[in-house]
Amino acid sequence: MSYAHAAAVALVVLLANAGPVAAERLIASLTNHHVMITSNYTGVELVLFGSVERDAAAVGGHGAYDIVATITGPREPLRTRRKQRMLGIWVNTAARTFVDPPSYLAVLASRPLDAITSAENQRRMQLGIADTPLPELINNDIGEVSNDPFRAALVRLMRERGLYSEQPNAVTFLTPTLFRAAISLPAQVPIGNYNVDVKLFADGNLIAHTNSAFEIVKVGFEQFVVNAAREHGLLYGLATAMMALFTGWIASVAFRRD
Amino acid sequence: MQIYLPIADIPVNVFLVLAMGLAVGFISGMFGIGGGFLMTPLLIFIGVQPAVAVASVTTHVAASSFSGAIAYWRRNAIDVTLALTLLAGGIVGSAGGVALFTWLRTQDQLDLVIGLSYVTLLSVVGVLLVGESARAIIRSRQGKPVELRRPGSHIWFHGLPLKLRFKRSKVYVSAIPVLAIGLIIGFIGAIMGIGGGFLLVPMLIYLMRVPTATVIGTSLVLTFLTMVSATVLHAATNHLVDAVLALILMVGGVIGAQFGAHAGQRIRGEWLRLLLGLLVFAVGLRFAFQLVLQPEDLYSIRLIGGGP
Repeated sequence: MSYAHAAAVALVVLLANAGPVAAERLIASLTNHHVMITSNYTGVELVLFGSVERDAAAVGGHGAYDIVATITGPREPLRTRRKQRMLGIWVNTAARTFVDPPSYLAVLASRPLDAITSAENQRRMQLGIADTPLPELINNDIGEVSNDPFRAALVRLMRERGLYSEQPNAVTFLTPTLFRAAISLPAQVPIGNYNVDVKLFADGNLIAHTNSAFEIVKVGFEQFVVNAAREHGLLYGLATAMMALFTGWIASVAFRRD
Repeated sequence: MQIYLPIADIPVNVFLVLAMGLAVGFISGMFGIGGGFLMTPLLIFIGVQPAVAVASVTTHVAASSFSGAIAYWRRNAIDVTLALTLLAGGIVGSAGGVALFTWLRTQDQLDLVIGLSYVTLLSVVGVLLVGESARAIIRSRQGKPVELRRPGSHIWFHGLPLKLRFKRSKVYVSAIPVLAIGLIIGFIGAIMGIGGGFLLVPMLIYLMRVPTATVIGTSLVLTFLTMVSATVLHAATNHLVDAVLALILMVGGVIGAQFGAHAGQRIRGEWLRLLLGLLVFAVGLRFAFQLVLQPEDLYSIRLIGGGP
């Protein structure tokens, strides 16, 4: 496939994605597509920026634009547990298993979601944390439980850790068509692939959307340690034990008093 | 200076962890214990998950007990036969402990069992130590000679079969209770991330009538051997040993232990035991409060799978 051909296909796909009113195109990118975790890593901030390109031929067009960007981290199974008092002490008595919830979820918008589009649209497009499906494992069956305190607890705990967030004013328009948003990744974000989904709204309707992605990787020494611990547990254990003995020996030599 | 811990998956302040290593090392040098029972709760307190804390502290205790054991080895104050017999029981106990640890994690009850074991063990040992040392202090105040239970007296289980002669310690007893003690220490150590020195020393003195001269060195040898095997087992089965965390802890620990040992020599034995008893009891009490008081948040989350 030639370069021109590929570009044409990409353009067609982009236009097709833009929906029925293809008067606008949405272009978005990130400042960085690879976040490296090194030994001095304490969290990082990425910037999502983009612009709305109006079709010159289109008459009129839309008024004010709204952007909703959803950043979804790698999915991993998770358990939420609840403590209850038993015989005077607090014990985990109940637990639910969530099937692959996102380990990171940030919903960044230019205005509160309710002001951008209808509740019906939010539910259909799974916009916002409340409308993001978090299926649970129930007796070998997978399903969504509404009004579940375990689901609420999961969201609350993830919010407290800075892993889930909904920020209605995070996207700012620099000009009527140029926007930017800061994605803050706290120190304890899991490594893996992150998907960035950007939706453009006008007058309450979705008129264009685009995707981007970034990857968080451990590099160098951190990567080496994690790989060693996961893939070669026994060797890693032996090496760690040797390190302990060596440190102990060094200390006894250094502080020898006879 | 922040450093990212690769297995614990959190950034910590190097100087804070180093200071914790120094402080716990000082106490462990002063009392001749590993200090795991102090280090594990401290790590949990700064945000390390209990499972990673327990697994990494075993490595830290391996280093500090090894450096102590070398010092006793130079003074020829180690009973190798006794240490190896204890170890035979200890390895079986460690394997059982690591297996139970893994199973409890899947049942969401690991934190509870770690908490309960700390409360029970620390309060019992704390009370025993305080009682014993207080009696010794009162006796010496009244001008009576400090009198320990007569060595040489026999307890029924000394007469069990499989008798062994432990030459350095000058005792001739059945290997069965020795193996059993090793087993208990290995089992408890693997679950709680402690070396068990503060349990083993009184057990050897009071139950096995091992003379004080060889007991600490021998206990250190056993501690370092069981902690080395627990490190390897934890790394191979749960992948939770954080080598970076362990290294920072052990560097602080071995340095602190040297100063602690100096300080310990200036304090009289029974006062030292009283202080240790109070410390052990206080840590036990802290865990008891945690279990009894209503937690701030009744809910907690845990990732399933190989990762911590």
